[in-house]
Amino acid sequence: MQNWIDAYSWINIRFLLQGLGITIFISVISVVLSFIFGSILGIIRYAKIPYFSRIVGFIIDVVRNLPLLLIIFFTYFGLPAFGFKPDTIPAAILAMTFFESMMIAEIIRSGILAVDIGQMEAARAQGMKLGQAMWHVILPQAYKKMIPALVSQFISLIKDTSLATIIVVPELMQHGQVVYGQNPNYIIPVFVIMAVMYFVVCYALSLLSRYIDHRMA
Amino acid sequence: MIKLLVDNWSAFISGFGWTVLSSIVALFFSLIIGSLFAILEVMPSKTARVIGNIYVEIFRNIPLLVITMFFYLVIPLYVVKINGFTAGTIGLTIYTSAFIAETVRSGINSVDIGQMEASRAQGMTFWQAMRYIVLPQAFKLVIPPLGNQFINLVKNSSVLAFVAGFDLMYQGNAIASTTFETVNTYIVVGVFYLVITLPISYYMQHLERKLA
Repeated sequence: MQNWIDAYSWINIRFLLQGLGITIFISVISVVLSFIFGSILGIIRYAKIPYFSRIVGFIIDVVRNLPLLLIIFFTYFGLPAFGFKPDTIPAAILAMTFFESMMIAEIIRSGILAVDIGQMEAARAQGMKLGQAMWHVILPQAYKKMIPALVSQFISLIKDTSLATIIVVPELMQHGQVVYGQNPNYIIPVFVIMAVMYFVVCYALSLLSRYIDHRMA
Repeated sequence: MIKLLVDNWSAFISGFGWTVLSSIVALFFSLIIGSLFAILEVMPSKTARVIGNIYVEIFRNIPLLVITMFFYLVIPLYVVKINGFTAGTIGLTIYTSAFIAETVRSGINSVDIGQMEASRAQGMTFWQAMRYIVLPQAFKLVIPPLGNQFINLVKNSSVLAFVAGFDLMYQGNAIASTTFETVNTYIVVGVFYLVITLPISYYMQHLERKLA
């Protein structure tokens, strides 16, 4: 029991909360950036531009089928060979954004495909250009359909930031390791509190997504 | 790059083997555990549903790395000495089983409720109806999403590198740190992963199109 009380001293908890802050910071920046890049890539793949869409589509498929951990390693240890040496947090954001953009591109593309083709035809028949029809008619409907998939992608992104601990990004998992590194008796208490912190953030998001989905249906 | 591959062929192949082994073992057990919890989630008893729900929600919302490291650090400390490969595979199994439970449950829910009612009306017990009537239909529906779960499982097996699980990622790091050919090593490791994941991914896309 004493172990648990010692492990949950305010200094340790505050340290873990700082880690959680970094985790959320990395996740939010990465998700915003990858939403933008993912939308562009998804639309390119959907648009079936000769050759170009094919190549983009292939790159999306390749990256989606690689472990994120490999991409994190490559960003942090491989990129310096090309004369670009990012710091740990930017490296994590770069790796996550690269990977998540490809994941989100697929979500966006299937969201667009799920919108009835008649919507596009009607919009074009009204004299809208392709871009206008996309922006004003198709995308608003597509994004609405994609909310659950996007939120669950965001949840996996938050969970995946824990992998960045391998390049010593000071996020929650890393801070947890520092705390239980002081004393092996802290291992179980620290894992419990880390699990609770991740769970609260991720579960709250999944409840939010269910609520939005419910409201819109 | 070819030279790197040839020089370290045995390390790459052994890593590849451990990755495949861990993925298949974890898939096998998480299919069983996942299906059991999926059935719990649709049982008439409220207690069973709550237990199923709690399991799924807990393990879906905690990072795989936290689960894996927990098993790697805690079991040897208090229960029995296990190596990184075993701890990693247990972590993978538990994490994946929560996702498989979700997938199978949605499959069971999309089987017409009349199927269950009709079987029960024929005098079958809940478990008989589940086993012979509902599950066979449900599994057919969830093959594409299960395939995607398997791809995730193969990719996730890279966390074995954290616990010295001898997998592809672990071997890749070892090779990168001895040869200093970081970029080439990681490219080769990536190709090895793609050899497993890309064909499954394309096949599942094909299946999905065929079923739709």
